[in-house]
This record gives sequence, C-alpha cells and structure tokens, in this order.
Amino acid sequence: MDVRSMNMRSHLSRVRGLGANHIGVHHFWVQRITAIALIPLMVWFMIEALQLVNASHEAFVFWVGSDYNPVLLGLLIVFSFYHGQLGLQVIIEDYVRNEGYKITLIITIKLFALAVAICSLFSVMRLTFKVLL
Amino acid sequence: MVEFALPKNSRVVPGKTFGASRDATEVRKFKIYRYNPDTGSNPSLDTFEVDIGSCGPMVLDAMIKIKNEVDPTLTFRRSCREGVCGSCALNIDGTNTLACTKPISDIKGDVKIYPLPHMSIIKDLVCDLNQAYAQYQNIRPFLWTETPAPNRERLQSREDRERLDGLWECILCFCCQTSCPSYWWNGDRYMGPAVLLQAYRWIADSRDEHTWFRLDRLDDSFRLFRCHTIMNCTNTCPKGLNPGKAIAEIKKSLVKRL
Repeated sequence: MDVRSMNMRSHLSRVRGLGANHIGVHHFWVQRITAIALIPLMVWFMIEALQLVNASHEAFVFWVGSDYNPVLLGLLIVFSFYHGQLGLQVIIEDYVRNEGYKITLIITIKLFALAVAICSLFSVMRLTFKVLL
Repeated sequence: MVEFALPKNSRVVPGKTFGASRDATEVRKFKIYRYNPDTGSNPSLDTFEVDIGSCGPMVLDAMIKIKNEVDPTLTFRRSCREGVCGSCALNIDGTNTLACTKPISDIKGDVKIYPLPHMSIIKDLVCDLNQAYAQYQNIRPFLWTETPAPNRERLQSREDRERLDGLWECILCFCCQTSCPSYWWNGDRYMGPAVLLQAYRWIADSRDEHTWFRLDRLDDSFRLFRCHTIMNCTNTCPKGLNPGKAIAEIKKSLVKRL
C-alpha cells in the first residue's frame, strides 16, 4: 500500500488543510512596491558606480558622504535586501518540500538579509560621518 | 527537494511494437505510454503502426482504432469526441491538449501520447484527478447568495455578463492545471490554474454575494500566490482561454481591498 492510500483523510479535507494563511497578498504587494522603488535607485546607483570605477579611496568615501548619496544608498540597501529576502523565500517555498529544511532556510535567509543590511547601513553611516566631521 | 528524476519504478522502458496490416496505405507510428498496476512492472512506451488512410483525422480517432482493432487493453478516457467534455486531455507531441481536437496531421514524426504530466497514474493514460476535483469542490463552484431567490431570473447587465466570457467556456480538462510547474511541485496546496480560473468565474459574477468570502479563502501564499505568471496554462489551453489573466484578476481584486 502506498503512502497516499494510507492517508485516510478525504481529498477535500486534505485540500482544505489548515486553511488560508492570509499573508499572500501582503507578500505579493510589498515585493512589487520594493521592485518599483528599486528601478530608479538601481539606475542612479549604476550610473554613479560607473563613474567611480577608477576613483581613489578618498574620492569614493567623499562620494558616499556627500549630497543626498547616503540617503539614497540607505534606501537602496533597505529596499534591495527586503526585496531579495522576499524573493528567496518564494523560491524556497517552491522547491523545498521538507518542512524542517524549509523553515530553517527561510529563517536563515531573513536573519542573514537583516544582518547584512544593518552592516551596510552602518558602513554608509561611518563613511558619511567621516566626510561630515 | 523537488524530485527532478522519476522514481525507479516509474522510469519508462521500451515496450511492444504492433505493426500495421499489409494493406495499409499510409502508416504513422503512435508511441503510447502504458502502465498496468496489476503486473507491478515499470511503465513502457508501446509503438503502434496505424493506417491513417482508414482512420479519422484526430489523434483520438487513431487511439479508438488501436483499441478496437489492435489492443483492447489500451486504457484512456474519452466521451464526446468534439472538445466539450474534457475527458481525453493528454500530453500529445509534448503539449497538453485534447486528443479529440488535435489533428494527426499537425504532428511531425512519431505521435507521442502520454498521460497528463506529474499525476498519479491509475492505468495507461488514465490519471488520478481526485485532488483536482476536490480543489474544484473547495471553491464552491456555484452561485452563492443570501438574498431570497426572485420569482424570475436574476438580472445582470450586458457588461456584467460579458465579464464571464472567456471563463464559462472552461471544460475542466485540466490541461492547464497539469502543465503548471507550481502545480507539479506544490499541487497539494496550490489550487492550480484550472481551479483558479473557475474561482474567478464566480468572483467575477455580479449575481454572486460571496465575492469577499471567495477572496478571503484565496488570500494564501500557496493556494493562489504560487502562480508566478509563466503562462504555461494559457499556452496549452485547448479551448484558447487565458487562466493566467484570470489569476492576475484575482490578485488585482485582493490588492484592491488592501
């Protein structure tokens, strides 16, 4: 007897499962909002980064700390890591069947994204204060 | 992880070959998936040489000819033979479609016929649709109202009626459902394109009074949002419908009420 026929629940009961989780549309919407916000930020960042290809360390530090650059960099970091972890969560939910692996991977990715984003924000702040002080 | 390779007992091995009769005028080869649960052996791919000259134009015609004249044990579902009942949905020439509306002349080379992809097989080309039917049952596919029924028809404007076009034509053949990788990997939780199109058919109906409830039950990261809009469903639909658009409309309705 295979695993499926050993399951005594009706098909309807299995399909209904534990019910709707009511977080689908929120996840979907935030993913789209961050994606839209990232379009202009990414364009700005790539144009600026290309101009800094051969720049000295001092010139780079000055760029980070001047004008609105720290604010835009901060937004870029927050939106891209938030968007990235949402996307990776979807991929894991798609392909990882084992519930244990699934939850472990999702938690790891969320904590990792948060940690790296905070490190990046802190670095931008440090460089900005170097320029300002 | 997802199973990318078939389990050992599901690997398809070469099967028997049935030659055409000597007086055949135009011979085409049909390679058909066979599986018999009673023998316990692996599924096989049998080759049938069919005289197209003495056979109807559609793939189903050839399959019925094989069943009648060559091998009566060949098992498949069929009923209306004109694209209305949805019984003969199969994977033909690499695409899910209805055997009764697929002309043999459309196919170059051997005609390969498999059951709908990634479903449990009961026998030969007959797959287990219990899960999909339960999912359909779960969306309550009928008009659901609380206002007492009027003594005449429930009125609907011409525009409201037009919103149902492209939805009511679905025959529930599950070609789209089984063409969707999200349904392959997460079919136990994801509703699938056919069921979501049907769900939208009732969400879009101006006479229904439970739109809110239907949307509530779909706001789930698996039931609805496993759809990543790859559009296999729309590409494969033998009735030319657009389940991808219906799913997008459900998502839009959910965003509207945020």
